Amino acid sequence: MAAGVIRSLSQGLRRIAPFGSRLYSDEARTVTLIPGDGIGPEISAAVQEIFAAASAPIKWETSDVTAIKGPGGKYIIPPEAQESMNRNKIGLKGPLKTPVGKGHPSMNLLLRKTFQLYANVRPCKSIEGYKTPYTDVDLVTIRENTEGEYSGIEHMIVDGVVQSIKLITEPASRKVAEFAFDFARAQGRDTVTAVHKANIMRMSDGLFLRCCREVAEEYKDIKFEEMYLDTVCLNMVQDPTQFDVLVMPNLYGDILSDLCAGLIGGLGVTPSGNIGADGVAIFESVHGTAPDIAGKDLANPTALLLSAVMMLRHLGLHDHARRIETAAFETIKEGKALTGDLGGKAKCSDFTREVSQKVQEIE
Amino acid sequence: MAAVWQKCSVLCRSLPATAAAKAFSRSAAPCSLQVRDFHSGAGRCYSQQLATVGASSKYGGRYTVTMIPGDGIGPELMGHVKDIFRYAGVPVDFEEVQITSQEGDEEAIENAITAIKRNGVALKGGLKTLHLDPSFGVSRNVAVRVRLDLFANVLRCKTFPGLPSRHGDIDIVIIRENTEGEYTSLEHENVPGVVESYKIITARNSNRIARYAFEYAQRHGRKKVTAVHKANIMKMGDGLFLECCRKMSEEFPDIQYESMIIDNCSMQMVSRPQQFDVMVMPNLYGNIISNIGAGLVGGPGLVPGENIGEQYAVFETATRNTGKSIAGQNVANPTAMLLASALMLEHLGLDKYAGLIENAVYKALAENKIRTPDLGGQHSTVDMVQTIVKEVEAQADKM
Repeated sequence: MAAGVIRSLSQGLRRIAPFGSRLYSDEARTVTLIPGDGIGPEISAAVQEIFAAASAPIKWETSDVTAIKGPGGKYIIPPEAQESMNRNKIGLKGPLKTPVGKGHPSMNLLLRKTFQLYANVRPCKSIEGYKTPYTDVDLVTIRENTEGEYSGIEHMIVDGVVQSIKLITEPASRKVAEFAFDFARAQGRDTVTAVHKANIMRMSDGLFLRCCREVAEEYKDIKFEEMYLDTVCLNMVQDPTQFDVLVMPNLYGDILSDLCAGLIGGLGVTPSGNIGADGVAIFESVHGTAPDIAGKDLANPTALLLSAVMMLRHLGLHDHARRIETAAFETIKEGKALTGDLGGKAKCSDFTREVSQKVQEIE
Repeated sequence: MAAVWQKCSVLCRSLPATAAAKAFSRSAAPCSLQVRDFHSGAGRCYSQQLATVGASSKYGGRYTVTMIPGDGIGPELMGHVKDIFRYAGVPVDFEEVQITSQEGDEEAIENAITAIKRNGVALKGGLKTLHLDPSFGVSRNVAVRVRLDLFANVLRCKTFPGLPSRHGDIDIVIIRENTEGEYTSLEHENVPGVVESYKIITARNSNRIARYAFEYAQRHGRKKVTAVHKANIMKMGDGLFLECCRKMSEEFPDIQYESMIIDNCSMQMVSRPQQFDVMVMPNLYGNIISNIGAGLVGGPGLVPGENIGEQYAVFETATRNTGKSIAGQNVANPTAMLLASALMLEHLGLDKYAGLIENAVYKALAENKIRTPDLGGQHSTVDMVQTIVKEVEAQADKM
């Protein structure tokens, strides 16, 4: 009973203040910045420079999340970093490397567990000036990030027979569906498509679909569609313009989000955000640490920059987001200051300077 | 049987063939390696044994093949296949078995499976799974594949000459494990709201599909096999699959072997598909990559697929769509089903007729430029079929 009351209260509150937006605050927002490893520090510095040029109301609080051994002997994120994140709620993260060695878990997995990051959001928009065989791509993939095929529960039943368990639960499916519809509403998108394979996995994907359908009832202003995973893949490579927001369980999300990143040019230009419990959101670049070019001012900050733009949109700072994004796209379109991975010869600092100049010129 | 097949291959090689058909020709030199077959230690190489599997139902010089029209566009396309076979004088009779999603009984599926077992070879349309209906059992397509142990799903995604595409020249063979993995339909809900679904990977099936893939590559002169997996996350399951592929690669030192994680693979497929040659993978990833591959070369209406087992073979379209929304409107693209029927004819050893039909189809696409709506044109199914029939009639006279 009480749970029902609280639930409808929180739903009501969500309608007044859409998830992720700050309507009335105009003072600078403090954001945790995690530069990361390899090219991480230089691209983070580039983003900070561009934000300063755009006069974005963001204060940066740098933090290091390199895992340390906690009191129980298990690896944890350093308490200062955790505390900074929990206080600021919003974070921007560069690429992290996972040291190879027994027992050290994947850093991304650790972050996900620590902050209960349940949804991974990747907007994929074609970049004018970076030619790929696909133009006019403008879609967002939202992937459930805690369960599904990645539960890690596997057994060897008898020698030579392995069983991997895919776990789908109602609370997690509902949570990610609600986030997807909230996101669509906040960002002004029309359609949410649930991607599934319920013809084969009747109960598990059936449950996921049912949750999506029930949540769709509460968001009558957003169109809801369902499509098989294979049909989505088939149609995606022929005509990606037919998709808007896609929501799906873990494995399909992993594959589809990388597929869509491939459509627009790869992980070097794709932004990404992770939404967690209690309003925590960590935006990140999904490429690697590129140790071979680290420290040489050759890195491309586009992915981290676009993730930072995503962060601004999440905070409701749409105007600043638009200006910085337009400046970045125009710089790439002009083609004069492109880094090596985009086919040019410019340095990271050249690219950063160009974008900073442009952003000051844009209204 | 082998002797007849050999004779047909010789005949085929001496016939003039258009450049397009030559490029697509499946007949290859029989493998010269004396490799043990999968279970015992003797015999021809495994995939060569399977190349003519099921071609047993021959009587009076004519073959009998089971035909399952299925749902959606299946029935109309099967009608066109029969017409074209008649015009070409193909010595194949079809035994039709009706199972559709409307008939809910198990008996219909049993009859279909018995018919396929009897004839050994089948041509099949898609069967819709009513996933919203809780009383509807397991997907009938999956039931057919698992019951007949059609362990390999093979499809070739090759750029069609004359058809514009975003990606230039692609020629990828996708070999997908067809019976286990995520398609076992083993699910339960122990606690309300918590569903567990089992993905099963076995060494036996992984070895079988890996062997098939490498031998296929060898038989058809392909250079590289890529194993697609997600072993960084599913360490035991996909790890087992990967290990089986790696061990198998050691028996084929002349074929290059590499492995790739499924998400990176999807990204590479849309940015640089030319890097792939033969790909082998478990069931679900195969579903994804097949659809990406088919989409890259032109869509679901073009690519045929085959399901090969140790005793039976079933031919259908690669992406297995039922096309319910365009059923009965005369707009479906018959290419995929016709090319699937040609693959079936090759499997039966009727290479001559297979080549006849394939050439006619490629000619209709490349030279006559017939474009059904899925290819962005206005032609109808019948337009395409009539063009093919004209070509078939003209060429059949010369045979």
